[in-house]
Amino acid sequence: MPRCVSRRTATAARVHRPDRHVQTLFIVADAGDRDDPEMRDEQRLGRAAFLGVTAVGLSSLWWGRSAWDAGSGLIPSGVGAVLPQPTSGWRIYTVAPTMPRIDPAAYRLRVDGLVRRPVSLTLADLRTLPAAAQVSDFHCVTGWSVEDVRWTGVRLRDVLAGASPLPSAGALSFVSAERPYVDSLTLDQALLPDVMLAWAMDGRPLARPHGAPLRLVVPSMYGYKSVKWVTRIVVTREPVVGYWEERGYDTDAWIGRSNGA
Amino acid sequence: MSRPRYVRRFSRSERALHWVHASAFFVLLGSGLVLYLPSLAAQVGRRPLVKDVHLLTALAWILALAAVIVLGDRRGLRATTRELDVFDADDRRWLLGKDAPQGRFNAGQKLNAALTAAFALLFLVSGALLWLGERDTRFRLDGTIVLHDVATYASVALVAGHLYLAVIHPTTRHALRGITLGTVREDWAREHHPKWPTDAQ
Repeated sequence: MPRCVSRRTATAARVHRPDRHVQTLFIVADAGDRDDPEMRDEQRLGRAAFLGVTAVGLSSLWWGRSAWDAGSGLIPSGVGAVLPQPTSGWRIYTVAPTMPRIDPAAYRLRVDGLVRRPVSLTLADLRTLPAAAQVSDFHCVTGWSVEDVRWTGVRLRDVLAGASPLPSAGALSFVSAERPYVDSLTLDQALLPDVMLAWAMDGRPLARPHGAPLRLVVPSMYGYKSVKWVTRIVVTREPVVGYWEERGYDTDAWIGRSNGA
Repeated sequence: MSRPRYVRRFSRSERALHWVHASAFFVLLGSGLVLYLPSLAAQVGRRPLVKDVHLLTALAWILALAAVIVLGDRRGLRATTRELDVFDADDRRWLLGKDAPQGRFNAGQKLNAALTAAFALLFLVSGALLWLGERDTRFRLDGTIVLHDVATYASVALVAGHLYLAVIHPTTRHALRGITLGTVREDWAREHHPKWPTDAQ
């Protein structure tokens, strides 16, 4: 802890060593003086501290993550819950000034566009479809990941089947209640067996920051594809350019095979 | 009582560097916390805007630091860097918690400067890697986010101590005058920094 020389000691130093001030004046003025015993005792601790912290910091680019994970495993979950830092691994990304707040009772998922039967589904309607549950990893394109997330909901293909896409259908866009967020998948991507519409995460109803009451889950792609607060699915011929795609991210967001890979 | 005499502690270049760094730090901290903390991120939203503020501030920070060094008193800054680098026997005694007379910078201030410089470099490298990693996966390293986060925690702790001593602690807060106006009271300098040859000014 940095502290200051107390008045008493500073005065004592001057009393007992009247030549002190003059002497040190000389030392600072001529740092090359090797005769003074104090001068030989100079150490370049400033650069040592700088280089040491820098070296540890830069090397942690390779070991920091595993050390952090090991360390946060030691924090009791009760303590972790009240810490402001994201110990769960999740970071909440939103693009609009406020997150959508959706009344589950009033919620409707519209599926329209190039379909034979446009539908408007309540959450109760969705629950009549075959239930789906899976454990998958969530990877964000900005570099963080959450492993082993337990999702509960329905397969997207089952929802889609109810609306019967026309033969000309080639893609889907997912419109979020968080304007102007939208993203898209090709029909082939959307029919992958692990693509879900989820209403629960890790055994609890989806929380508002995670897209309550319903979000898309596309485990093989970066998180910006997993649209939160989905309220409408539009079947189109071609994929529309999504929110983050307009800002430079790839349309086909395969993990490890897109965005520069 | 005679009017207090003042001695010059910080040059214009030194003060410019300090305030460029300090103001950039707080803008980066504020925007960074909004990007980082789920609760704040959810309240503020507007992620692309906050991200732009964070990135452009970082860019302005580096350019402004470079401008002060290029246009400012480079010789003086080099001499100060050396002063901050070198710890003598008194400095080391002081670090061990013993009373020992200090020069223009006490050992804690020297250490603060070294750590601040190291954290600045680590923020810059990890921040650049975060930015590049979104564009090219080859730049995505395992520990980048953790490094950027831990550097934030450490810097906030360091700045909290620094602010306490500069603004609140009664015997040290006169130093704030030095870094804003450039001069400090001579009697204060003699008491807190007896080995600093103020008469040589």
